[in-house]
Amino acid sequence: MSISDEKAAELEKIAKKLRYDIVLMIGAGKPGHLGGSCSIAEIVAVLYFHKMYHDPKKPKWSDRDRLLLSKGHAALTQYAALAECGYFDKKELGTLKELGTMLQGHPEMLRTPGIEANTGSLGQGLSMACGMAMAGKLDKKDYRVYCIVGDGEVAEGQIWEASMTAAFYKLDNLVAILDKNGVQATGPIVERYDTNPHPEKWKAFGWHVMEVDGHDVRQIADALDKADKVSGKPVMIVAHTVKGKGVPFAEGKADFHHGIMTQQQYETARALFEE
Amino acid sequence: MGMQNCRKVYGETLVELGRENKRIVALDADLSKSTMTRLFEQEFPERFFEMGIGEQNMISTAVGLALSGKIAFANSFSVFSSGRPYDQIRVSVCIGKVNVKIIGSSCGISDFGDGATHQGIEDIAIMRAIPNMTVLSPVDGIETRKMVRAAAEYDGPVYIRINRNEVPDVSDENEEFKIGKPYVIREGKDVTVFAHGYMVFKALKAAEALEKEGTSLRVVNVSTLKPIDEEAVKELASTVKGIVTVEEHSIIGGLASAISFILRGQALPIDAVAIKDCFGQSALSYEQLLEHYGLTDSAIIEAVKKIL
Repeated sequence: MSISDEKAAELEKIAKKLRYDIVLMIGAGKPGHLGGSCSIAEIVAVLYFHKMYHDPKKPKWSDRDRLLLSKGHAALTQYAALAECGYFDKKELGTLKELGTMLQGHPEMLRTPGIEANTGSLGQGLSMACGMAMAGKLDKKDYRVYCIVGDGEVAEGQIWEASMTAAFYKLDNLVAILDKNGVQATGPIVERYDTNPHPEKWKAFGWHVMEVDGHDVRQIADALDKADKVSGKPVMIVAHTVKGKGVPFAEGKADFHHGIMTQQQYETARALFEE
Repeated sequence: MGMQNCRKVYGETLVELGRENKRIVALDADLSKSTMTRLFEQEFPERFFEMGIGEQNMISTAVGLALSGKIAFANSFSVFSSGRPYDQIRVSVCIGKVNVKIIGSSCGISDFGDGATHQGIEDIAIMRAIPNMTVLSPVDGIETRKMVRAAAEYDGPVYIRINRNEVPDVSDENEEFKIGKPYVIREGKDVTVFAHGYMVFKALKAAEALEKEGTSLRVVNVSTLKPIDEEAVKELASTVKGIVTVEEHSIIGGLASAISFILRGQALPIDAVAIKDCFGQSALSYEQLLEHYGLTDSAIIEAVKKIL
């Protein structure tokens, strides 16, 4: 069932490309959500470039698989992926956060083709994903809904309200992926506000839980394939990740949750991903 | 004059809509016996979603359904469907102009027995403040039916507050309801009373009493609190000596705020009959509580006399 070596290499290359775009979008001397964007690069790459049925030419195609970034501050990764897929011109990436841009600091569905919902006020994305999955069941459609949540974000009570909805309505067409990067804006989660243990909590809430290395495209792809076969339960993939993954000076650092790269750091980061 | 319970009318209308349109779905947070979405649940169990006692999740889930083609009606008491999920309404519903209808049942102090926690006196203020939101307050059962249908036809966020109790029919069965339009219920030349909800009936009673004393009131039903047809309001205010606004809502952020802002700079005396920036409390009857907070025809008469 595992993806081929060729496919794995391709997805790894895409993840690298997404990180490169993230670094370019943020630039030097300006704050940007580098850490939480880099931690989901492989997850987003596998979803858009391997797992999901979607058509960049028809963003509203009713049978498409959907991806909601409940941790909306990591929008840069999704923007980079959407541009790479061809939802919009890659040149748009250079307009991030400019007045009038289609690429807002947090995702906005009316502005950006491919963005499914407005997220970033944390805790709301999983509920919206539930609604989409419920509609899919009602309409007997076989699209699947994916939702990425943060391990800091799950302090929001609404996440647990949504987790009960997903279990109660047996939303086996819903897959949540927890970006367990261990760091929230002000420091390590275990020190600031410990939301652990995750697998146990989600199991107790009625979910089918898997754990993966969130930077291993093979493990991610395998888990997503296994999720297709789970029946009667929503699926939670706890992805162990590193905040700022791939940019050594930012790895594991709360300062780069929404940090500013110096010109030198920016050059260093760019060089890491340039071919 | 017939009496109707607006929430019952709402529940029945939702069922009618459900029969006509498969896209209609309803969500409730364990108050379906009160909001009357139970009627919808009985006929369309697969399109009814009990969301447990979790209004924030209910609103965002309604968004997910709406973004997948459904016309989603999310129901609770006005306090719990406006204030509690404020940010969900702001972010997941309104920024994206999502086709979600939010029902604020047992609005104002109409849930007289349950006290301040359950009495939604600032729901209109909260909902009016959010861009892209349409805010409606039906005057009676007749208008409730038309309004719920209009909300279902309109593509975008709508908030409708619904009274808990039986109220008299005062609107014209044959008149078409249009979002945004103020309706003249009674013509008059001395003072224009702008009101919404059950308070329109109180204004009509005041108008009858004042007529005997030679004062004539124009009574306008402002059942759309947002957007309001500003030109129509100015027109209805232009030929009179003063304005009184009447509402079962806080004096802050509702009709009083809206009308006085529209008529700013006009040198017209304006007074407001409303809940004076305080919380409600329990009482043994609706009328007793209305009287306690000065939401009566005699309070309207007093306000009119002060102006004249």
